[in-house]
Amino acid sequence: MNAPNKSGWKPEMTAADDGMHNGPRTVTGNRALMLEEPLIFELAGTDTTGVDLPEIELGPNRLGGMERTAAIGLPGLSEPETVRHYTRLSRQNYAIDLGLFPLGSCTMKHNPRLNEKVARMPGFADVHPLQPVSTVRGALEVINELAFWLIDLTGMHGVAMSPKAGAHGELCGILCIRAALEARGDPREVVLVPESAHGTNPATAAFAGYRVENIPANAEGRVDLEALKARLGPDVAAVMITNPNTCGLFERDMKAISDAVHAAGGFVYCDGANFNAIVGKVRPGDLGVDAMHINLHKTFSTPHGGGGPGSGPVVLSEALSPFGPLPFTARTADGVVHLVEEENAAEFDHTRAFGRMTAFHGQMGMFTRALAYILSHGADGLRQVAEDAVLNANYILRSLDDLLHAPFGEGGPCMHEALFGDRGFGEGLSTLDLAKSLIDEGYHPMTMYFPLVVHGAMLIEPTETESKAGLDQFIAALRSVAERARAGDVSMKQAPYYAPRRRLDETLAARKPVLAWSDPDSA
Amino acid sequence: MRYLPLTDADRSAMLAKIGASSIDDLFVDVPQEARLSGPIEGLPLHASEMAVEKHMRRLSKKNLAAADAPFFLGAGAYRHHVPASVDHIIQRGEFLTAYTPYQPEIAQGTLQMLFEFQSQVARLYGCAVANASMYDGSTACWEAVAMAGRVTRRKRVVLSGALHPHYAEVVRTMAKFTEDEIADALPSLQGAPDNAGLIARIDDDTSCVVVQYPDILGRIPDLAAIAEAAHDKGALLIAVNTEPVALGAIKAPGELGADIVVGEGQAIGVGLQFGGPYLGLFAVRDTKHVRQMPGRLCGETVDAEGKRGFVLTLSTREQHIRREKATSNICTNSGLCALAFSVHMTLLGEEGLRRLAAWNHTLACKAADRLARVPGVRLLNDSFFNEFTLVIDGDAREIVRKLADDGILAGVSLGRLYPAEDALKGGLLVTVTETTTEEDVETLASALQEALA
Repeated sequence: MNAPNKSGWKPEMTAADDGMHNGPRTVTGNRALMLEEPLIFELAGTDTTGVDLPEIELGPNRLGGMERTAAIGLPGLSEPETVRHYTRLSRQNYAIDLGLFPLGSCTMKHNPRLNEKVARMPGFADVHPLQPVSTVRGALEVINELAFWLIDLTGMHGVAMSPKAGAHGELCGILCIRAALEARGDPREVVLVPESAHGTNPATAAFAGYRVENIPANAEGRVDLEALKARLGPDVAAVMITNPNTCGLFERDMKAISDAVHAAGGFVYCDGANFNAIVGKVRPGDLGVDAMHINLHKTFSTPHGGGGPGSGPVVLSEALSPFGPLPFTARTADGVVHLVEEENAAEFDHTRAFGRMTAFHGQMGMFTRALAYILSHGADGLRQVAEDAVLNANYILRSLDDLLHAPFGEGGPCMHEALFGDRGFGEGLSTLDLAKSLIDEGYHPMTMYFPLVVHGAMLIEPTETESKAGLDQFIAALRSVAERARAGDVSMKQAPYYAPRRRLDETLAARKPVLAWSDPDSA
Repeated sequence: MRYLPLTDADRSAMLAKIGASSIDDLFVDVPQEARLSGPIEGLPLHASEMAVEKHMRRLSKKNLAAADAPFFLGAGAYRHHVPASVDHIIQRGEFLTAYTPYQPEIAQGTLQMLFEFQSQVARLYGCAVANASMYDGSTACWEAVAMAGRVTRRKRVVLSGALHPHYAEVVRTMAKFTEDEIADALPSLQGAPDNAGLIARIDDDTSCVVVQYPDILGRIPDLAAIAEAAHDKGALLIAVNTEPVALGAIKAPGELGADIVVGEGQAIGVGLQFGGPYLGLFAVRDTKHVRQMPGRLCGETVDAEGKRGFVLTLSTREQHIRREKATSNICTNSGLCALAFSVHMTLLGEEGLRRLAAWNHTLACKAADRLARVPGVRLLNDSFFNEFTLVIDGDAREIVRKLADDGILAGVSLGRLYPAEDALKGGLLVTVTETTTEEDVETLASALQEALA
């Protein structure tokens, strides 16, 4: 196996490691630094608090006779116990800070800590969304400045900043399209979505009241342009395309697709989940896109946080911009940035907004981080981000395609992610077994069984923040598990062996859902 | 560039391995005419940590931070003291830089935390089950309305006039596309909520009634009466709470018969952040409705060795499995904010939450009495928790702006929330929390007195 560093040092696996599970049983259930941790409900009663508060009790009050008298059942811990509880839990998580996190389409790149620092500046973290605008000019400037760079980087006309995550941004874009079509008295019924699309695309289109139809892919993993053209017509409101697509390929015909959709009176929605592959290299606006959400937590590296919060601004073409939601910011010639809401929309010539996506102004805490990321990288750095992300993915593709089936590998380079299938695996072994075996090698698995168009799909996105030495070690690990899968090593079916938990029974979880703690003594 | 580990030598070696002569060979599928020939125009070149921090600091300084002023704003976002350990824990890389826990064997930290969070929220709300969180309170409110439509198969939605106007606007916006019929109203400046008027609007076609608790004017409606009326007509009661600290003092909506309870969790652990990211809370009183819920759910199970563990579950409701037939298009939760909430709630515990709530209410009662003594100011509320409505002679919005110029953040005027409604322009929402000092209240009282003189 390759060493993870230039010196060549690596730990030796010894006979003792093979017998790891035959060691003595411990009273605690712990295994040295692998620490078991009870639930807070098992650790704590309801009479302890870790916050110093005056011992006030509700006396005569003005609660309208609604005092809560029954027990609530919320456990409390002192500060040291609390810190220890969550620290122990944290150690059962894999994270980018620990190692390469190759989830295709998810873009798990390093989260710069400067961005955490700026998001916590009191002028951003400790301001209320309804303060008089005279007291939040800087916050509005952040939103406006980020909006400006997002428009610049995508070559679009406008941007809606308020959507709270990627799928929320998709919804915003599709609602703009529906509003634009209704405004011209031409409501349409169908949205076309490629089979390889993220599940959010059809779910979003269905929510917005459209019927969803699939667009077929051609043999090289791209949208079948001729089939698409044949389906276009006066009933098609929009086509939702992911570019680069979920097979990790650039849609070469994007401009022709856009032209055909526009000629048929429809709009082009681009899922921007993979914008990180092309940022600074090509602008979606130049390819005829009408709306595209940008996952700030992907391309611009705001932390994923174990499942959110995300942020999903939507860039819009000139045709769709007038329908974007409120509120938004606008800079006037005097340099002042204004907050545009329902009451002053007319002053800013924005009377056709389709409505409001959320209570306030969007994910300010993510805007500050994304802006710091963009300014840190600059025009040259962002271009390098895309180039290195694509280089790293192709390096993985070509370091593995002799062992793992790369369904579209013959067709040329990939973009930021390399796609493999499970062809050639030994009897009974699956992508899941390979993924769980990769856990034992110290890696988070890749995206599995997505896109649906490839059997046993494995979608690997290394991102640009990995070193060559780190990639080499990952490739060595992946080659090892791929060889075992091809050789029919059935021990993989029990992997992982070394994680805090072995395979979890997901069927049981769904069949008999236990979704909240209940006190066994009171059951 | 400090975030990019590859060296030029690495890049050359890797291109050689790939069999490409230059990086351009890897972008061959991008049509030549669409490719940018060099760094994008307008954006400066890369910048040092020092330079970026300086730029951001300059922008930050153009805002008046809540800590630097007497501060009385609420209306859906509340300022509370967040213990230092909360921010420390959410900055641990194992939480901050983890993905959604789809690989449970190496994500038990996030999963157990979510299970604990769901359990805390369910108890706070008096419900059976809470999900792993939504974007924020306003979007959770819409998702509850959509869920009620699925459960009842009805299309008519009755909104209380005292629902936060931005929440109502989100519901109205989404309903245009789902063709739900929205029956809404404006708040009236009465000391008590108009329960009778609300109940009269519930009919046999009503899917749900949406009631904020405490409401936008700070009043505490009797949900039990509304629940009974809704259930009589076969409709669901959706309770919306924007200040979770209140539930340390007033009855849980679930206890009072609300079928779906949603709200904004920001007040516990998350901070103001100019409106986001926040934390949507979503719970159902009865487990029979679980399979119609939107969003992620974490559940308990066992691993292959029989050890207890946690997984994301019931995902057949979700878009990545069900695509266009999913209960929602939501594809995330507000994970790190849920962690902040859960840590803060663990630090408080029931004892701390009750003390915090009692302290907030006590301070708010004192402040309300003090401010009501200012000539030209009247306290509207018969009931309130930590937020109440003052009615003043004049335009409260103008006064709020004027006081802001003097460095006092006086509250949220009803004119800001309902700019088209002249009848409401004397209304000023004032919130008092444990962060508000007596000196702050005196400063506000004197400034109001001067402004009204």
